[in-house]
Amino acid sequence: MTSRAGVPPSPESPAAPAHQPRVTTRGVLRHLFLSEYFVLYLSLAYFILLAPFLAGFATLPNITGNILGNMWPLLPVVIGQTVVLIVKGIDLSQGAIIGFTSVIGAALMTSKLREVQFEKSVLWDWLLTPGGGPLANSILASPVAIGAMLLVGGLIGAINGLSISRLRMPAFMVTLVTGTFLASIAIWMTRSYNIGALPDDFIAVGKDTFIVIPFAMVVALVTALLVHILLSRTVDGRWLYATGTNEVAARVSGVPTRRAVLLAFTISGVCAAVSSVLLTARLEAGFPTLGSGTFMLEVIAATVIGGTSLFGGSGKVIWAIFGVLFFSMLSNSLSLMGLSPFVFDAVRGTILLVVIVLEVLRTRFQMTTTKAATL
Amino acid sequence: MTTMPAPGDRQGLVADSVGDALPDDPAPILAFEGTSKAFFGIDALRDVTFSVARGHILGLIGENGAGKSTLMNILGGVVQADSGRVLLDGLEHQPRDPGEATAVGIAFIHQELNLFTNLTVAENLFIGGFPRIGRRIPLIDRRGMSRSARAALKSVNLDVSPDTLVESLTPGERQLVEIAKALHLNSRLIIFDEPTTSLTVREAERLFDIIERLRSEGRSMVYISHILADVRRLCDELVVLRDGKVVATGPKEEFPVRTMIAAMVGRDIELLHPPRTSLPTTEPALEVRDLSQPGVVKGISFVLHRGEVLGLFGLMGSGRSELARILFGLDPYDTGEIVLDGERYESGDPRRSIERGLSFVTENRREEGLLLDVTITENLGLVALPRFGHTLLRFVDQDRLRQGAAEIAQSLRIRGGSLGKAPVKSLSGGNQQKVVVGKWLMAKPKVFILDEPTRGVDVGAKVEIYSIINDLAAQGAATLVISSELEELLGTCDRIIVMAQGQIQREFTRGEFQEDAILHAAFREEAVPT
Repeated sequence: MTSRAGVPPSPESPAAPAHQPRVTTRGVLRHLFLSEYFVLYLSLAYFILLAPFLAGFATLPNITGNILGNMWPLLPVVIGQTVVLIVKGIDLSQGAIIGFTSVIGAALMTSKLREVQFEKSVLWDWLLTPGGGPLANSILASPVAIGAMLLVGGLIGAINGLSISRLRMPAFMVTLVTGTFLASIAIWMTRSYNIGALPDDFIAVGKDTFIVIPFAMVVALVTALLVHILLSRTVDGRWLYATGTNEVAARVSGVPTRRAVLLAFTISGVCAAVSSVLLTARLEAGFPTLGSGTFMLEVIAATVIGGTSLFGGSGKVIWAIFGVLFFSMLSNSLSLMGLSPFVFDAVRGTILLVVIVLEVLRTRFQMTTTKAATL
Repeated sequence: MTTMPAPGDRQGLVADSVGDALPDDPAPILAFEGTSKAFFGIDALRDVTFSVARGHILGLIGENGAGKSTLMNILGGVVQADSGRVLLDGLEHQPRDPGEATAVGIAFIHQELNLFTNLTVAENLFIGGFPRIGRRIPLIDRRGMSRSARAALKSVNLDVSPDTLVESLTPGERQLVEIAKALHLNSRLIIFDEPTTSLTVREAERLFDIIERLRSEGRSMVYISHILADVRRLCDELVVLRDGKVVATGPKEEFPVRTMIAAMVGRDIELLHPPRTSLPTTEPALEVRDLSQPGVVKGISFVLHRGEVLGLFGLMGSGRSELARILFGLDPYDTGEIVLDGERYESGDPRRSIERGLSFVTENRREEGLLLDVTITENLGLVALPRFGHTLLRFVDQDRLRQGAAEIAQSLRIRGGSLGKAPVKSLSGGNQQKVVVGKWLMAKPKVFILDEPTRGVDVGAKVEIYSIINDLAAQGAATLVISSELEELLGTCDRIIVMAQGQIQREFTRGEFQEDAILHAAFREEAVPT
């Protein structure tokens, strides 16, 4: 007996007890709502709902090229944010790390620069010349530059982590300051010009495919897998969760909580640099303004939509993937609707707000059900 | 179903019924009639029926998880009963939220206090509705507020200014502020839920005086506590809950402590404290030499031997917990030395202490002991986690961890849910405490420090914790037990050292245990009666 409308309740059970297991529409919806895959279901529902009405939305090129294609560069940075949120931190410097490392990597690899643009840069003459950067035309340009980008990202993350864990400064303040500082340095170094003429093999990382699999997808998913293993399988992963759940209890229990915070922010920095590699390659140039504007809002929105708590102690890589998927699909559908750029952010912001409210309600509902069960 | 009258309708009634009523008034102030409640099909309360006589104190006792909290949550509007009725002053009482319960005159004094510590005493008293300068002027009448606050504080003999910030008060004083708030709201029924947990002996005495005075003024109260001697001293009638059912009721004369325990656990507990089955050795495990930290402890020296259970007794603020924190490396010390296994040791870091074989059950299990939202297995594994890591990347050996946790859970008889699924917060207090003890046992301690290991734990779990301590000692571990329940130390320890004002006052070996001598030593420096 499902809750089909119009069927009168049977006379012998005028009011069925609340906790009798029955498959009802309400029960199924409740289950879907409380599931940790809620955002995935929401994404599917959104897709199915829009598909018949939005021309070009449910086509293979749109799905692989746009929806998924836009996912890969965003995914590593969202994963990094997830790790930081797990230890009850927040990293607002990721966007600036992306812009900064983009400039660093491009400056090392570029093979041609216009004097007119860069002659006033502090890097001119000793690092940058009309013939490009120090690694111009070298066969090792791409790997070395990518390595340098990851290293710089990790170092910045570590500096954030040390300031927070050792000096006990609030994470949002530290990372906001670091981010603002780096963003302005990146613009100052390049006089706000983009650095183009990057090696082909570097650009391939962002644009090419291996048969049908884009390299960007491989990079993003490998990052996801590595972080997933760290979080779910290793001692250090457990320590991250323990630190975010109850730092005092974790410390008393011998968890190196400071090291956990340091590790989380370092990972976040490296993840941001991975995103920077993908974005720089895709855009074929080092952009000092990459990751500026509303970028951090998008990252945190995607992270929270996936279900990661802003209050520490919970978060998963798979949730980050769902969050990014929803976010990417939403942006894509709004673009296809042909919204003007002015309306675009307002509409997207409103939908994100609704989803985040749902997510908060979901978590609260979960909490009250477990709480009631414990009385 | 009758609906609740609006709170306003009852205001007059509140004023009439409190104070004027005679203690012998036959109509009960509160009655539960067949109250039942189940959570997800599991009965928390089954057909609970009893009443609280007007002007009396009813003692409500039972083990953790017996249903006391659920019952009080129904009364307070936190949860709703599935069936049965609650009558308050003969009228059906069905609060939908805590605000409604407060409005009809029920006050709760909890172990975890509900005051705003960043506000003043007066502001806390008036938090439900501030007096205004004029009827329509939205400005607070500070002077009037101070005046009535002073009167309310006087009624509980609390001599502090109404403008004091609550955070600067001691736990005992805060409790009195809570009571003052209840009186100020003219509550007709006051529920005390483990009110003495964070109080010193002296503060508890003061609380009891006030409770007794309130009774003589005709207030009705419910007193919930694990400290059975207090229950016996204060209460007129007793209700014993077990597994959600009322198993015994009656006037207190019918309930000597032994009978209470038997009713609570459902069996006779022959010995609350299992006899010590082993003798301490003379091998020193932990030596403390002239340890000092300004303002905390001074000139502490003692030796803890292998296989020994050493008790550390002192009043709150005597430096006992602070000493334990220093020994474990959580807090620094200025001079002196700590010698562990014959080697001088300077920790400053809990991790290194754990590696050296120290374990420390902190007094505060919610804040410092447990990851409440995390599963039992994860909590049990937390301390010993590095031992379950393998290869360079330290992958956790899940199977071995699960197995280790399951063994400990079984040996400690941790009950109340699936180890790998249930969050620790879903366990009863006694089982939570066993999880804390268990996670340290998994690290196989050589020196085990336990600070208030049985606080807020029911009788059954207490006995189990005592036998764990006894077993540890038999296996050669050196154990230091800190407790403010002297009886507990007398029952479990080989030796007791007494601290007051940061210093060791006296030492008693088992043969010389004398309650009054020990208490005397503990009170030494502050023996001036107030």
